[in-house]
Amino acid sequence: MFRRLPEAQGESIPFTVDGVPQLARAGDSVAAALLAAGIDHCRTTPVTGAPRGPYCMMGVCFDCLVVVDGVGNRQGCLVKVTEGMRVETQRGKREIGR
Amino acid sequence: MSGTSQMANSFDVVVIGGGLVGASIAYGLAKTDPRTTVAVLDEGDIALRASRGNFALVWVQSKGVGMPEYAGWTVRGAGLWPAFAAQLKAETGLDVCLQQPGGFHLALSDTELERRANLLQRLHNQPRMQRYDYEIMDHSRVKAMMPEIGPEVVGASFCPLDGHVNSLRLFRALHTAMVGAGVRYLPNHPAESIAYEGGAFRITTPKGEIRAGKVVLAAGNGNARLGPMVGLDVPVRPQRGQVVVTERTQPFLPHPVVTIRQSDEGTVMLGDSVEEAVEPKVGLPIVSAIAERAVRMFPRIGGLNVVRTWAALRVMTKDGFPIYDQSLSCPGAFVATCHSGVTLAATHAFVVAPAIAAGRLPAEDFEVFSARRFHVSAAA
Repeated sequence: MFRRLPEAQGESIPFTVDGVPQLARAGDSVAAALLAAGIDHCRTTPVTGAPRGPYCMMGVCFDCLVVVDGVGNRQGCLVKVTEGMRVETQRGKREIGR
Repeated sequence: MSGTSQMANSFDVVVIGGGLVGASIAYGLAKTDPRTTVAVLDEGDIALRASRGNFALVWVQSKGVGMPEYAGWTVRGAGLWPAFAAQLKAETGLDVCLQQPGGFHLALSDTELERRANLLQRLHNQPRMQRYDYEIMDHSRVKAMMPEIGPEVVGASFCPLDGHVNSLRLFRALHTAMVGAGVRYLPNHPAESIAYEGGAFRITTPKGEIRAGKVVLAAGNGNARLGPMVGLDVPVRPQRGQVVVTERTQPFLPHPVVTIRQSDEGTVMLGDSVEEAVEPKVGLPIVSAIAERAVRMFPRIGGLNVVRTWAALRVMTKDGFPIYDQSLSCPGAFVATCHSGVTLAATHAFVVAPAIAAGRLPAEDFEVFSARRFHVSAAA
């Protein structure tokens, strides 16, 4: 669905999504890296369980919530990918311990 | 009964105030006798609405030190709740999510726990006290029931009668149910003045005059101003409370704690403040103190994001107990005011409303709650 611009530069950053190795590019937010990797939804809603994916990409809509390195409800579009980061998709409400 | 109801602005009973207390009573009046015409006069959206700011507990433990009848009144109210919630659901389709699994009051030091135990003992040792079960528990007993407590919790009091609801849904369910039962809801009709003439009441509002055979003051802190217009003394004052609410999480709190509860929707509400203040303003020092205590009780709450904070004003009497009264100089005028509009909602619909419909608050239930208790001379 999304393709990187041909002129886009930057080194590759390895990270995982639900344990599966993926490559981001330096400077990517988690949300951008998920979209670039072809992952179109990253959580389900707490009320109806409907799938949601990154939408506004600027910290407003809260639709890109994911678990980052064990912490739930992180806004994927406001967190930059770092090497070895563990991103997990989130089902419904976050858990109290993570 | 409906002698005054022919005119469009005339009702058998007018309830002033559309919060939880007013809506519960209006609903109860319409259910008591469907032929009675009932109207609720309410303020607009910017009303100081304790009913939208409260903590939503249906709470029994520790209430009634100094007035054992209030403890009994509260126990009775909690007991009426299941039937009330079921009735609201049947009539409106709205589930107010009543849960009464028993509740905790946590202590963070031995002194706190000892003070707690003494208070409950004093409560239950009062003459005329209708005793009920409660238990003082140590850390390990509490931990077995609520695994998420932190190491600083030394113990707790537990009462199996305590519970909570979804208070916003209760507010909506009551309004839906009362309108469904035939009550006329008149928002943006703040009562400016009330006159008693020829055995009936004339209420002035910015939208015109309303006439009533009976009038029920359920205007919260507004009752202090309205009461004297119909011969009732209602000494109430605002007392601020602040509430913090977190994002939704998976259920982790199986019981409500007096200052911490997880709603049916997963949010965690924290509320621990009692302040003498007349403005419903939120302040960082209080909010951070609330959060700090909550995190000591349940450390993992510290990882949650706060999504909102708010303040609301309780309706408080000098002794903290409710006022239910009937006017001697203006027969047909009643007042009902309390700071437990959730806990007592079923009581207001099932007990207070039928008494008002019958025209008299029976002494055996209500005499102790009259504002006359404040009139004994200071020397006595």
